[in-house]
Amino acid sequence: MNALIVITLTLVAVGAVAVVLSDDPARQAVTLSVYGLLLAGLFMTLSAPDVALSQIGVGTAIVPLMVMLAVRKIRDRR
Amino acid sequence: MTRTARLLMFAVAGGLVAALLVLGVLDLPDFGASDHPYRDAAVPAAVLHKTSNVISSINFDLRALDTLGEETILLASVIGVTVLLRPASDEHEHESISGSGRLLDSTKLMGYVFLPITLMIGFLTIAHGAVTPGGGFQGGVVLGTGIHLLYVAGSYRALERARPVGVAELGEAIGAGAFACVGIAGALAAGAFLVNSLPLGAFGDLFSSGTVLLLSCAVGIEVASGVVVLLAQFLHQTVEVTEEHGQ
Repeated sequence: MNALIVITLTLVAVGAVAVVLSDDPARQAVTLSVYGLLLAGLFMTLSAPDVALSQIGVGTAIVPLMVMLAVRKIRDRR
Repeated sequence: MTRTARLLMFAVAGGLVAALLVLGVLDLPDFGASDHPYRDAAVPAAVLHKTSNVISSINFDLRALDTLGEETILLASVIGVTVLLRPASDEHEHESISGSGRLLDSTKLMGYVFLPITLMIGFLTIAHGAVTPGGGFQGGVVLGTGIHLLYVAGSYRALERARPVGVAELGEAIGAGAFACVGIAGALAAGAFLVNSLPLGAFGDLFSSGTVLLLSCAVGIEVASGVVVLLAQFLHQTVEVTEEHGQ
């Protein structure tokens, strides 16, 4: 296990904790998006660029966007 | 059921799952070990079919049937979301109010600068799916989300004009259908569903790897259209639909 893997793995662990500790769903969408980028970095260092690309598209863009839109809709109803 | 009984049930079930996980991890090959039976089988198979991106060879050639299943799941989810998010009887649609809300000029500029770049990366990722990392799914996601930079840059109207949802719905069906048609064509031409029976070309060329490129394009069309339809339902609900008694 080289240093780069240790660093990216640690960043992913820190990011995951940050996602879990975010209370407000709107903030959580942002931390989830950042966490997706960190995870993509880990996949890149583990020589899986295809998975990293999918991770950025789905985990960093689409899912947080859907959460944000859903949160806005719910807030409008209140 | 009382709280203690529930906790007890969770402790038993959670403990069992944890034990199974630990047992499974202990049995894994060492991290970074050089013994990979699947790699030893998949890489020669990809080279034999002139596909330099081994991952695409696995997704669209060796295990194309799995990918067909995954595309069907995506199609079903998009249909499910469309049905769930249609305006209910106590909601009414209205025209979006454009120009409301503040928008930084820098956000606008970045949106318009990155829009063509993102779309081009999407097309390239799909077209080079057989040669370099990426493929129909990744490129499709980039295309489908990239077009929404128009919304980020501040114009819901422009987004609506640039991505007619009706066309995207058609693209979704055509992409999924094209994947199945390539499979059936293989069955008719070479006797097996989804068999790679097209001319393979030269290793590393853009037009190589036979059906892998075709299937990558079919998936690209389906995923890009699927993402557009999916996000369009969410955007429509958020921007243009309100509850009657809520106003």
